[in-house]
Amino acid sequence: MVAETSKNISVTIRVWRQPAADQPGKFVDYPAKDLNPNMSLLEMLDVVNDQLERIGEDPIAFAHDCREGICGTCSLVIDGKPHGPHHGVASCQTYMRSFEDNSIITIEPFRAKSFPIVKDLISDRSAFDAIQQAGGFISIRTGSAQDANATPIPKDIADLAMDAAQCIGCGACVAACKNASAMLFVSAKVSQLGLLPQGQPERDTRVLNMVAKMDELGFGNCTNQYECSAACPKLISHDFIARMNRDYLAASFRTAFKPKPAASGGGGA
Amino acid sequence: MSLIGNLFFSSIGRKFIMAITGLVLVGFVFGHLVGNLQIFLPPDHINGYAHFLQDLGPALWLVRIVLLVCVALHIWAAVALTLESKAARGPNQYGVHKWLHATWASRAMRWTGVIVFFFILYHLAHFTLGVAGQETFKTQLPEWTMQHDAKELGITLAKKGEVVHDVYSMVFLGFQNPVVSLFYIIATTLLSIHLLHGVESLFQTIGWRNGSWSAFLRKVVTGLCILYFLGNLVIPGAILAGIAKPAEGTAAAKITAGTPVTAPAAHN
Repeated sequence: MVAETSKNISVTIRVWRQPAADQPGKFVDYPAKDLNPNMSLLEMLDVVNDQLERIGEDPIAFAHDCREGICGTCSLVIDGKPHGPHHGVASCQTYMRSFEDNSIITIEPFRAKSFPIVKDLISDRSAFDAIQQAGGFISIRTGSAQDANATPIPKDIADLAMDAAQCIGCGACVAACKNASAMLFVSAKVSQLGLLPQGQPERDTRVLNMVAKMDELGFGNCTNQYECSAACPKLISHDFIARMNRDYLAASFRTAFKPKPAASGGGGA
Repeated sequence: MSLIGNLFFSSIGRKFIMAITGLVLVGFVFGHLVGNLQIFLPPDHINGYAHFLQDLGPALWLVRIVLLVCVALHIWAAVALTLESKAARGPNQYGVHKWLHATWASRAMRWTGVIVFFFILYHLAHFTLGVAGQETFKTQLPEWTMQHDAKELGITLAKKGEVVHDVYSMVFLGFQNPVVSLFYIIATTLLSIHLLHGVESLFQTIGWRNGSWSAFLRKVVTGLCILYFLGNLVIPGAILAGIAKPAEGTAAAKITAGTPVTAPAAHN
């Protein structure tokens, strides 16, 4: 990352403007002049929007919340890469000092059929919520907090589960994938619980249901090109996709051959 | 969904089918190459080997059917997955797009696959069915009388004195045509590129790849693909360039020298 600097810069932003989901969109250029290089890209958009409002134009709609890189709300493709030029950094943590003076910065929404554009730079990523609701949880009454060592978990497993749990569900993986595949997201959500003892009872149904929901929602298929992990602001590894593939196949076989309880129609005649 | 449903109609299931059929086909193409490299040994070797394969009867058909089913499933999975992925990306493309990690081999998979498919059709027409290059097809050439017993891995492939098709001459004569040889070289180069991504990818799909050995896997796969490329280059390449010359007494040697071979070939 470029060091902090005090020299103000001016850029042109080429922004995707689309009034509504069912209307066509186009790129529109806006000048953004005399910017403090240490302001974030979103703050730059705030400044441009301020100017647009002053002249009575519709401000650029973009999604944001924490602006700390942990909520996964900001969802911009900046110069052809989801979340902009840096590795492992979200759009909101991208600063103007990362761009050259007088450059043109192209800003687009995350695009995928399953992420329909709501307006301008905002896409609807509620498909991820639907996948989570299909199995990204554990059905257990947690009660009050247990003793810390009641359920021993090896450090490397805990670390790996935490790596998967880093996923903020922003959708950059889908945006970056040429197939609009959600496998990095789903594999992170499957793995963060599947690695831990508390996640075991529902391990098979979780992976089967989440993958089925992912397919049903029209996400594409992984071609193992790893654009997803390269664009991920939380550096989720595509190793989790391999793990999910293994889990899914094993769960498919286990579920097919496991005896069914009498209550659900199985058992002896 | 049922197991069959999961395998044939889910994203991961179809990828698994793609990986497993790919693995079978990779095994086949490497075995096929090793068998074909016998062209550089005396004619008894490849002719005895070809005779043995032809003589397998039902077992040969079993292998052929397994391979055809694998090719069909591999293509079906590829087409189905690609169509779904194209639909998932949607009609609105990015104004600016940067590749972040994808290798060039992975980005060429679809068209290398399509060209290799057409090559397979031509290859079958050429050396298996005799539809293309009919005048040098094995049934049009004088038959070969085995000079010695042909044995590989302790199995007798053909006995001395046995009269077999002269596959050796068919291959030599076929590859003396520059257009044919170049097509073989281009197609097998594309197949090597296809395998460069495909073989590595199948480990990921089955779930047997992770960061701790991915660099090693990449090296092994690259090495195998380079060997495969060289092996396939050298057969038509050496024949076309005249580095490999047909053995004395074969139909190929006589035709190359301009001697008519309509009469049964003379043997030592």
